[in-house]
Amino acid sequence: MINANRTITMIVVLAFALCGAFAQAREAAPLAADEAVEKRMVAISEELRCLVCQNESLSGSHAELAQDLRREIRKMISDGKTDTEILDFMVARYGDFVRYRPPVKPTTWLLWGGPFLLMAAGLAALIAFLRRRAKEGAAPALSEEEHRRAAALLDQSNS
Amino acid sequence: MKRFLIPLAAFFVLVIFLAIGLTRDPREVPSPLVGKPTPMFQLQQLANADKSFSPKDMQGKVWLLNVWSSWCVSCRAEHPLLVAFARQSNLPIVGLSYKEVRGDSEIDAGKLSPDDELKLTRRRASAWLAARGDPYAVVALDIDGRVGIDYGVYGVPETYVIDKAGVIRYKQIGPITPDALDKKILPLVKELEKS
Repeated sequence: MINANRTITMIVVLAFALCGAFAQAREAAPLAADEAVEKRMVAISEELRCLVCQNESLSGSHAELAQDLRREIRKMISDGKTDTEILDFMVARYGDFVRYRPPVKPTTWLLWGGPFLLMAAGLAALIAFLRRRAKEGAAPALSEEEHRRAAALLDQSNS
Repeated sequence: MKRFLIPLAAFFVLVIFLAIGLTRDPREVPSPLVGKPTPMFQLQQLANADKSFSPKDMQGKVWLLNVWSSWCVSCRAEHPLLVAFARQSNLPIVGLSYKEVRGDSEIDAGKLSPDDELKLTRRRASAWLAARGDPYAVVALDIDGRVGIDYGVYGVPETYVIDKAGVIRYKQIGPITPDALDKKILPLVKELEKS
């Protein structure tokens, strides 16, 4: 019993010691000068694609360029630029492709409208198909002879 | 028969579109800067520490702006072509040394003072050009990559063809290949020099 207690104490002491070691090993990340700036920066950079790793957003990418651009966004926020101005700054340099939600304009009409066009085409095909089937009418009723055969088959399977 | 022909035709159209899609490089994002005036800057030169370079200096000339750095592997592949081209042509090539020190992941640039970073940039860039040949009329030092952002640089090397009025006419993303040089850049330069 005494032995078990000792072991538990040892474990607790060790755990605390380890926590201390970890706390020392990992330096606290420098706090952003201004939390509001950081929040806006993250919100803006989530709307932007990182061109180096194209499947990552600018906010999540570790690429060098992404870090540079985040720094640039922070600076623009501190300079009092609006979100639209910052997005325009990025589009002017890297094109509409950097925006995850590209603007609606003649060159992107097909991009935005394409899914609806496809849905309209599918609906039209479905309606045409249903109409044609309705015109052909229901299957003709069974004749006397067929009724008798069907009844015979059912009888057979029941017995 | 007609029932099968329509889906079959639709299928082939789809295949053609996908086949075209496969031949295109998704990393090549067309630059919105083509057709626009070159973003202005003023940067220190590599060779003369007390002189600076600005795109204004090239007014009235057709020129190439080549973004490079010594840590960039594709630049190494591209360099012999630039050196050979510079030897037999008098089209000025301006080098933009892009984040020579802080772009190199092997160096912790955060620990360097701005002065040390500048010195190291000069040393590394000069050594590289001395070893591999120098095709550049002048090299400007973009130490922090800020000018690169204005030019929409997202992967070195990149090369811009700029006309006499200072308008960007073409952007090569990635290394210049012999094919791109002969079929795109040279014909364009020839045409621009006539006007």
